[in-house]
Amino acid sequence: MTAGATRTTCPYCGVGCGISVATAADGAVTVRGDAAHPANFGRLCSKGSALAQTIGLEGRLLTPMVDGKAAGWDAALERIASAFTDTIARHGPDSVAFYVSGQLLTEDYYVINKLAKGFVGTANIDTNSRLCMASSVAGHKRAFGSDTVPGNYEDLERADLLVLAGSNAAWCHPVLYQRMIAAKAANPRLRLVVIDPRRTDSCDGADLHLPLRSGTDAVLFNGLLAHLARSGRANARFVAASTSGAKAALAACADASVKATAQACGLEAASVRQFFDWFAATRKTVTLYSQGINQSTSGTDKVNAIINCHLLTGRIGHPGMGPFSLTGQPNAMGGREVGGLANQLAAHMEIGDPAHRQLVQDFWQSPRMADKAGLKAVEMFEAIGAGRIKAVWIMSTNPVVSLPDAERARKALAACDFVAVSDCMADTDTTRFAHVLLPASAWGEKSGTVTNSERRISRQRAFLPAPGEARPDWQHVCGVAKRMGFVRGFDFTSPAGIFREHAALSGTANNGSRDFDISALSTLADAAYDDLAPVQWPVTATAPHGTARLFSDGRFFTPDRKARLIAVTPRAPLNAPRPQFPFILNTGRVRDHWHTMTRTGKSARLSGHMFEPFVEVHPDDAARLGLTDRALARVATAHGTMIARVAHSADQQRGSLYAPMHWSGAFASAGRVNPLVNAAVDPISGQPESKHTPARIALYQPQWQAFCLSRSDISQPAADWWVRGRAEGHWRYELAGDAAPADWDACARTLMGPAAEGAAWLAYRDPLARRYRFAAIRDGRLEACVFAGPDHGLAPRSWLAGLFAKARLSDDDRAALLAGRPRAAGDDRGPVVCACFGIGRSQIATAISVNGADSVAAIGTLLQAGTSCGSCKPELSRMLKDAWAKTPA
Amino acid sequence: MTGHTERQKLVVIGNGMAGMDTVEKLLAIAPDLYDITVFGAEPHGNYNRILLSPLLAGETALADIMLHPLDWYARHGITLHAGRTVTMIDRRNRTVVAADGTSAPYDRVLLATGSQPILLPLPGKDLPGVITYRDIHDVDTMIGAAARHTSAVVIGGGLLGLEAAYGLMKRGMDVSVVHLVGTLMERQLDPVAAAMLRRSLEARGMRFIMPMATQEILGQDRVTGLRFADGSQIAAGLVVMAVGVRPNIGLARKAGLHCERGVVVSDAMQTYDERIYAVGECVQHRSQTYGLVAPLFDQAGVCANHLARRGHISYPGSAVSTRLKVTGVELFSAGTFSPDAASNDIVLEDAERGVYKRIVLRGNRIVGAVLYGDTADGAWYFQHLRAGTDMSQRREELVFGPAFADGGEPAPELAAA
Repeated sequence: MTAGATRTTCPYCGVGCGISVATAADGAVTVRGDAAHPANFGRLCSKGSALAQTIGLEGRLLTPMVDGKAAGWDAALERIASAFTDTIARHGPDSVAFYVSGQLLTEDYYVINKLAKGFVGTANIDTNSRLCMASSVAGHKRAFGSDTVPGNYEDLERADLLVLAGSNAAWCHPVLYQRMIAAKAANPRLRLVVIDPRRTDSCDGADLHLPLRSGTDAVLFNGLLAHLARSGRANARFVAASTSGAKAALAACADASVKATAQACGLEAASVRQFFDWFAATRKTVTLYSQGINQSTSGTDKVNAIINCHLLTGRIGHPGMGPFSLTGQPNAMGGREVGGLANQLAAHMEIGDPAHRQLVQDFWQSPRMADKAGLKAVEMFEAIGAGRIKAVWIMSTNPVVSLPDAERARKALAACDFVAVSDCMADTDTTRFAHVLLPASAWGEKSGTVTNSERRISRQRAFLPAPGEARPDWQHVCGVAKRMGFVRGFDFTSPAGIFREHAALSGTANNGSRDFDISALSTLADAAYDDLAPVQWPVTATAPHGTARLFSDGRFFTPDRKARLIAVTPRAPLNAPRPQFPFILNTGRVRDHWHTMTRTGKSARLSGHMFEPFVEVHPDDAARLGLTDRALARVATAHGTMIARVAHSADQQRGSLYAPMHWSGAFASAGRVNPLVNAAVDPISGQPESKHTPARIALYQPQWQAFCLSRSDISQPAADWWVRGRAEGHWRYELAGDAAPADWDACARTLMGPAAEGAAWLAYRDPLARRYRFAAIRDGRLEACVFAGPDHGLAPRSWLAGLFAKARLSDDDRAALLAGRPRAAGDDRGPVVCACFGIGRSQIATAISVNGADSVAAIGTLLQAGTSCGSCKPELSRMLKDAWAKTPA
Repeated sequence: MTGHTERQKLVVIGNGMAGMDTVEKLLAIAPDLYDITVFGAEPHGNYNRILLSPLLAGETALADIMLHPLDWYARHGITLHAGRTVTMIDRRNRTVVAADGTSAPYDRVLLATGSQPILLPLPGKDLPGVITYRDIHDVDTMIGAAARHTSAVVIGGGLLGLEAAYGLMKRGMDVSVVHLVGTLMERQLDPVAAAMLRRSLEARGMRFIMPMATQEILGQDRVTGLRFADGSQIAAGLVVMAVGVRPNIGLARKAGLHCERGVVVSDAMQTYDERIYAVGECVQHRSQTYGLVAPLFDQAGVCANHLARRGHISYPGSAVSTRLKVTGVELFSAGTFSPDAASNDIVLEDAERGVYKRIVLRGNRIVGAVLYGDTADGAWYFQHLRAGTDMSQRREELVFGPAFADGGEPAPELAAA
């Protein structure tokens, strides 16, 4: 590691990779994997590697804003405090809400949860973790009595069977997936099975892929449970000593033969049998699962169907085995630890438990305490839309993009009396609705802790000063809390102080009754907090260095200390496809973007992998509907519409569509997929069914399509449809329009923005073919170009994009610019000598030196040069004489 | 045939490029068929008239533009009557008679009398210092005037006028070009290319008065200036009229050959008298007359073939292309460029670099091309224009030339014209 480097943690997915950041004297930042961090041992994925490209101040919110105008911190905090105080005074504590994020650090999360539940007295605090982890939380609690991930990453390397269910880890948890592949290489017995309706990149390293019918995961795991019982794999001793509910759970799947299971899941019986046999025969099995399981109206049941299989076989709590929820966000786990969900209290205590409430209230010495679960994400935005919630504070998340039925969320915010937003970015789809905007410190500027998927608490450390007036989120919260009159309880001066309080609460009256206990860290001095090495909770007096695995003793956190098998009756997704909406719309991530792209969208490299919102369609469906590859399509559900680029993919099941979730209104005019997603939620977890919405798809045929590459950043390109994204030295825009511009030159200038002002103008116009191309050049440097035509082909963007790196275009580049590709190599005729036939000096020189032309007439015979008007004959003669002069006598 | 008996007599009237190219081609395929006599009004051997402008501009020397020096005729056994103007073709007696009485009997005549510049019927047109631009004599006159006078006016903003203006400028004169319409070289250029050309020439010091009609040439003993239709005047020590040419048909008409604008010929380049052929600018073929070099070479090939009694090719007419011979100005024009309902065009422009290209198509075939600034691909367009190649598969790359449209492959071989 570089001397003087800062060790911190990656802000993206739940793997929680350690990072070493070196800052050079000139401010240049270099990001490397931290070789000593146990999550990644030095590896980084594409997103993590590009972090240095995302920390620029472009687009940052640098000052508080009140009603769209820059304001001082005092005024902004006062406005939020008074709005919340007034609303609470008039309409009660449940008329306000907090919508926060798995992107927040644990310390930020702790104070906002404390403010809501203990001081405002409402549990209307929920988080975007609801969208990814809530079903796992609920499943964990049903099974274990606690929200516990029992194992750790090392188990992936010690297992002999890895099952990836509803997870494209290769893209979404890349470093962890690479650990699996490396483990497979080191251990030939290790098998990998992927369960996913789509064939993803995660299948590349797999021994078996089960492309099950969307939504039938619980059927498959019920079938597995029955098969395990039938084949005598039940661990009778463990089941008897450490579990309850096995009988009922087995009864619920008694009829599940391999054949019936295969049929219900739309799988080959042989594949299902193979999977079941491997699972049955392999004690060291880890089942990893993610959004494909969680984002479902029966997500909690699916989680329990998986955990059931591990409980029946006793495969939990020991090296190389266990159910393993892969969290999506860097600190979804930390948020759960502080109780930052509407149905939690704090420190893994229950809001419905009066003893817990009393304990927390005593600890906080707070004036009141929320006594019932608050509104979960989707319900919360329904309540905002209905006017029941009149003031909301959104922190570090972009619900207008990410919530299901997101258009409803947008309308709700538009109608809300008071919206405060804390964010590091000035313009997101959500900040546009804020009455008060607070500038937050970004990754690299703030300090605190995060917890990754394996319960490992790691420090995020600042290596950059906060720009402008940005402040860490915990200061936003404390500032408002104090102005609401809650001085005591929010007079923190550092994240370390918050962390100590959080740690102390976790140990208060715990005595092993609650899984989350980091009381051993409650007395960390500031310096020790700064130096805190990654550690897995629980961290207690008896386990001061953390705990690798829980449940090793077969004891759980239910009242009877037994894990519960849950009888699962599989349910189909809530909304079935129907004639009007015959497809199933699935959503998810792409490899190189994170959430709503507010950060990864700053990186040219990351933006390049998949530039546009797309929809994957099986080629057979596409052929039937006339959807050619790379055409634009309109995807519609009962809730909303998007326009995306068609990508033929045989990896997609017939009847299914897949669209990425990342594109926001800031990056695409019609690329948000979440407005299409049904707001159907799991009745227990409240997690939305983002992977299954009935949809239809049809060709969208604009009058023209275009792309624009420009050094200018145009936030709202003047086109009916657009996508914008970062590229090296410029921005790239993909565009389409429904009406031909009257004046393409003027239209192109507008699209290019300020970059084109006063620049030299290059034009290509073919009105019949409706092809137009323009470029703006200043002092020989390419400023912008626009290529337009009736379809998407236009020209390869890559060569043109590369020209933006040049301080000055060469003559060849410039001549080829509007052709969109370089002149063929080796095709250099040299300056023209014979104008009649376009014969160049190089060609003539070759005719003389190589082909032995020894007279003007001979050159003419070879090349035609000089055989028409004859103007060039004197020059041909001179060239011959020069050549002879150089020839040795 | 009777190759060993007495040779037939071929008399060529006109010692210019068309006539002599025909003779040269004839000699290449039938060297012994004819005794050849050539009459030329100018006292020179055949020279490359296209290179008069570089000669005027001082960019080339007289020796460099001579195609057939006097000794060439002797070496090929050709009788040359240089400086003798033919005044009569006696078809009854099959004899050609010159002004000085020189006569020559013929079995075949090749008429290659070319064209003459149009002299506008303006008052003062006959004043000394008012000339046209056609031959070496005109060039000598202009070079002489440049030594004694400071300002010149060229009437006519066409190809020849601009070349003359440029040459005079190079010879040190202040030159103004008067043009009747607002577009230079309007028969070859569209307004955009014409404007670029004008800017480029203005940058070199040429002045333009256009659109403007000339009303009178001023002067007593010699030209001193011009007066225009709007009453304004300009001083000039030299006036060059370059407002077009008309075919020289006086001799043919006097001989009773059918003429319209030019001497009317068949696809075999024969006039209405089967013994008399005609080529070059004096000819009218399928209603077309030509003032450029490429068609003349095409005609010469066909005519030589027939004179050699092969007779298996015919002349279908020529598409024409033009280049402006002004150093540093690259300009190429071919075919048509006037938009009509059936045509469409593709334009490429980079004004800062001084490049403009316009390709005109009709039904996927090139019918016209205007190139300014970068004319390297002119020949390629012209060959496809003449070949009538279907360009539909490479329309997108077309305006970028063969390096893109062909991947650098050479243009197709053309069928013999």
